Amino acid sequence: MDTIAEIPKEEFVLKCTSACAGCSDALTLRYVLKAAGQDTVLVVPACCTSVIQGIYPNTAFNVPVYNIAFGAAAACASGMSNAFRATGKKTNVIVYAGDGGTLDIGIQAMSGAFERGTDFLYICYDNEAYGNTGMQRSGGTPMGARTTTTPAGKTDAKKDIDAIIAAHSPPYMATACAAYPQDLFKKVQKALTFRGPSFIHVLAPCPPGWRFSTEKSVEMGKLAVKSGMWVLYEREYGKLSINPQSKAAIKKPIPLEDYLAPQGRFKGIDAKTLELLRQHLAKNIKKLSAEAAES
Amino acid sequence: MKKIATGNKAVAEAVKQVQPTVIAAYPITPQTEIVEQIAEFVSSGELKSRYIPVESEHSAMAACIGASITGVRTFTATSSHGLLYMHEMTNWAAGARLPIVMANVNRSIGPGWNIWAEHTDAMQERDTGWLQVYVSSVQEAYDATLMAFRIAEHNDVLLPVMVNLDGFTLSHIMQPLDTVETGDFIPPVQLPHAIDPKNPAGYGGLTGPDQHFKFRWEIERSMRDSVQVIRETEKDFERRFGRKYDFTEDYRCEDADVVIVAMGTLGKEAEVAIDLLRKEGIKAGSIRLRWLRPFPKLNLKGKDIVVIDRDYSFGFGGILAKSIEAQQKTGVYSVIAGLGGQEVTYEDIADFIRKRRIGEEFWFGVNSHV
Repeated sequence: MDTIAEIPKEEFVLKCTSACAGCSDALTLRYVLKAAGQDTVLVVPACCTSVIQGIYPNTAFNVPVYNIAFGAAAACASGMSNAFRATGKKTNVIVYAGDGGTLDIGIQAMSGAFERGTDFLYICYDNEAYGNTGMQRSGGTPMGARTTTTPAGKTDAKKDIDAIIAAHSPPYMATACAAYPQDLFKKVQKALTFRGPSFIHVLAPCPPGWRFSTEKSVEMGKLAVKSGMWVLYEREYGKLSINPQSKAAIKKPIPLEDYLAPQGRFKGIDAKTLELLRQHLAKNIKKLSAEAAES
Repeated sequence: MKKIATGNKAVAEAVKQVQPTVIAAYPITPQTEIVEQIAEFVSSGELKSRYIPVESEHSAMAACIGASITGVRTFTATSSHGLLYMHEMTNWAAGARLPIVMANVNRSIGPGWNIWAEHTDAMQERDTGWLQVYVSSVQEAYDATLMAFRIAEHNDVLLPVMVNLDGFTLSHIMQPLDTVETGDFIPPVQLPHAIDPKNPAGYGGLTGPDQHFKFRWEIERSMRDSVQVIRETEKDFERRFGRKYDFTEDYRCEDADVVIVAMGTLGKEAEVAIDLLRKEGIKAGSIRLRWLRPFPKLNLKGKDIVVIDRDYSFGFGGILAKSIEAQQKTGVYSVIAGLGGQEVTYEDIADFIRKRRIGEEFWFGVNSHV
């Protein structure tokens, strides 16, 4: 699949979501469901997706959506997957959760479900804060970013959820971004071919939360990748391969400022924090490159 | 088939009989033997369930919810802190109208750590929309667990059911147990709102006040309808298997001037106290309340009422006593007894009745009227 025209035309995210303009969550889900197809159930904890699906009795999604409490998505999916498999059904069970429901309140249930080898796909769309409650900091918020609960900028680093997931040795895990739709589409399709747990971590630039203009969501995703702040890769049975886009970015990254400057949340970031962010970025790239070289 | 079993084992035997498709559970004293026994049944192939050894009780109930919404039979068991830890999910299970069955081995709440019998754990779940039954013997633990599946899964109910048995005084004591072949006594689950990818629907999404209000009322309507379903189920059980159950177990109440109301093993112990008092010429009777939710209509008119609470609502009173006072529109003698597994003998219970002070509250463990 090299062109976007090859992605199926069938829509499962209908044109009546209550998403904000430029929402990466809705865009990501659009490609996720195109890849997963009709025989899919989404399990959604409290997150932006709880809101954008619409108000009962309407729903904007054309697959079954099971909404569950904030910390319970992976456990709920674990029961659902077991019930489907016990009754001979191959239905895809996909957790579609934000960074709060994954990195913070849902991490215990997620760790348990991965450890137990649950046959499901866990997708974390990461807009780096609690979005539907108005942008409070989460474990996914990067250092230096202002949120409503870090008005002077976050002083702690972003939690490395991918390393935590990798420690569970799932058959398949990947990172993605809807700015690269073919890549996202292919990774979802691939993830669903594995038995057992798989994980895709999707960066989801958020116009109101990150404070950039609504037409720039895709551009922000590309800047994240080109600056090396977001590295696209996949890890199959422990073997890491970095995407060509990220390989190119690692070789010749754009200045980090090009990614940070359009975002109001980083406005006024001090030199020391910027340097720490830069060091964090370099360390992550070094770690991934070393692992890719060994794989 | 006749055997000897503990209360916990009896629950596991009942679960084996009804073969849930998915069981998700987390161990906690004094419930542990239930999950161990279930794991053994699964391991030996006698129980064909998928057993999910979850990492917490919150996840146990969440997994049961995820399984149940696909339309299969589910079961879990817990106790005390485990029950409180899953509290968010117990609300979800009832609100989502899922016929999950759970055994709860009643135990006190910390701190300090106390692993013995008390009803405060389940009492804190009384407003969640779960049906709750309290049992008093090994046989009843088995029978009530079987019936719980039929009641929960009945389409006039579709609410979860909690079977409560006292920690240690019932969970760990051995009594004779007669197991049965349920046959068509428990029909297959037919969940009308089961998830179907061919007919996509949203579940539990954003809901406005009008619809939310309607859903709350529907829970209450089903709770009321469950009264008839419980009666039918217990009558059919008696017809098929010869053991009789009702909302309450009344003992020598007809001509009684005073009745004592209690739940669980203390409710059974009270019968011995009644025999003792009758020998002394005191016309006393006992009522063992089996179903806490739906709460049955009691007819205690003209009698002195003594209520034993193995629980307490701080700043208010014994939960059972206050409930009965409200229903009967009269004062009772409220006895708080058996907290944290405190030993309460039939002689103690006889004393509660002999020395009753209607309208007052007595804390047995600290020997103090308030």
